[in-house]
Amino acid sequence: MNIILEFEKPIVELEGKLKELKHLVNSGDSKARIESSKLEKKIDTTLKEIYKKLTPWEKVLVARHPGRPHFLDYINGFIEDYIPLSGDRSFGEDTALIGGIGLFRGFSVVLIGNEKGHDTKTRLERNFGMAHPEGYRKASRLMNLANKFNLPVLTFVDTAGAYPGVEAEQRGQAEAIARCIESCINLKTPLISSIVGEGGSGGAMALAAGNKVIMLEHSIYSVISPEGCASILWRNSERSKDAAEALKLTSKDMLELNVVDKVVREPVGGAHRKPSEVINDLATVIEEQLIELNFAENKSYSDDRKEKFLAIGRITNQ
Amino acid sequence: MNWLTNFVKPKIRAIVGKKDVPENLWSKCNGCGEMLFHRDLKDNLGVCNQCNQHHKISPVERFDSLFDNSEYELIETPKVISDPLKFRDTKKYTDRLKENRSKTGSTESIILAHGKVNKIKTVIASQNFSFMGGSLGMGTGESIINAANYCVKNNCVLIIIAAAGGARMQEGILSLMQLPRTIIAIDSLKQKKIPYISILTDPTTGGVTASYAMLGDISIAEPGALIGFAGPRVIENTIREKLPENFQQSEKLLQNGMLDMVIDRRELKETLGKIIKLITINNKNFDHT
Repeated sequence: MNIILEFEKPIVELEGKLKELKHLVNSGDSKARIESSKLEKKIDTTLKEIYKKLTPWEKVLVARHPGRPHFLDYINGFIEDYIPLSGDRSFGEDTALIGGIGLFRGFSVVLIGNEKGHDTKTRLERNFGMAHPEGYRKASRLMNLANKFNLPVLTFVDTAGAYPGVEAEQRGQAEAIARCIESCINLKTPLISSIVGEGGSGGAMALAAGNKVIMLEHSIYSVISPEGCASILWRNSERSKDAAEALKLTSKDMLELNVVDKVVREPVGGAHRKPSEVINDLATVIEEQLIELNFAENKSYSDDRKEKFLAIGRITNQ
Repeated sequence: MNWLTNFVKPKIRAIVGKKDVPENLWSKCNGCGEMLFHRDLKDNLGVCNQCNQHHKISPVERFDSLFDNSEYELIETPKVISDPLKFRDTKKYTDRLKENRSKTGSTESIILAHGKVNKIKTVIASQNFSFMGGSLGMGTGESIINAANYCVKNNCVLIIIAAAGGARMQEGILSLMQLPRTIIAIDSLKQKKIPYISILTDPTTGGVTASYAMLGDISIAEPGALIGFAGPRVIENTIREKLPENFQQSEKLLQNGMLDMVIDRRELKETLGKIIKLITINNKNFDHT
């Protein structure tokens, strides 16, 4: 989807000019050649400047950009022999929260992630990445599978939140999320969670209780959407920008609050500009983290995880 | 205000005063609109005699009604970082905290106490909806961890009485982290096969249901309580349809298989007593004499 964010407009204008100049260059205009290389540099510096100064709210927009790589893009990018696995064995199959098994850089792994879809059709099919209880129950089931066959688990978080709907509530959305977090906590093998777009509320937390939590630079991670927060605390959904600021939801904030372990830099201009670069960089970091966890049977990954989360936000001896 | 307060001169007023006459002798039932005398309501544990509406009651009233002979001791709530995000909406979070502390007289949205229920050592953690909507913040989460640790150390049954809108937004991501943290706490009870009974009261939603509240070995709800993940308003705004009536009420959740039982507050102590005795009978960590 070719979506242009408001603050990207100056870039788009410059890029339009560049395209025209390129035509002239192709027709042998030497002056145009010099101009176009100047313009390329200008685009580069403007982009850098814009992205250096992104406000939290602008980051929210980048994190939600439809052109950002999604779960299936990462699977296609760095997973070999991916075998999707379906169903929660009690009600249905959730297309917004999917998973399977596959080979990651020599490791056989279980993969679980939110899939938002990339155009109107697939976004509808994927319910915009908002899962029902059966999605979380499937995730729990896949983690049990990982336990049984001693496989590390990689999760990819990219959701505005769990789906707020009547049927989701009737089938126990809250319980499904709570059990899914419990499954993460008790998993005996390494769990590496990557927040690759939106990390929205309990629906995101359900997949994010990893031994290592990685975050892409322009992803967001928050207890509530800025819009939701604004409408509750300011009683005015127009105040989303203020809420985004106050909530401290950027990757930089997460590092400072010790909520994530590692932030993966995105290409200048965001992941949507160079998806393949981001996909490779994330794979490299996940591999590093997996090696650092020194995967072996009978190690206390569950205990380590519990200790890690109990330490978050705690006052250490002063 | 009555004719006396208007008429009597200040000096005399000091003598006549309104000393020990409480402000609200009567309160209106939000179920049936009946005027209820406060002492009757209190004796009835906050339940309306006319329509059975369960009004919100304080943690202390819970402790008094559930512990044997109303005997219990409070467990101190642990200290946590105050206002980690320097959060400010229309008001500073620190000011909100101050207000809520002076209003409720407690430091957090939860109070812990230990005592006995049906002669068996029990810890009750009771959320206070009057304190920032009972919201789950770092202090609340740490208190639940504390309660679980106390239970493991001293072989006590754990009861958590939930009442909250959800996670505390003013603590941002650190409040979301209370979901895994409280689940870890509940999970730690397994090592000694300590029972955890969850009591869901009106309302229990959001991050609280998506963590400890829905993970009880036994789940009990009060009649007419709103229980769910997303609140009705959020759902209505998302699906843009009229919601089925009362579909998030405890009675409906019971029908959907999400709870063990819905029981009247006035029968809660007796039921808890029976459950606790039955469930711990083969556990040597509990003294049944």
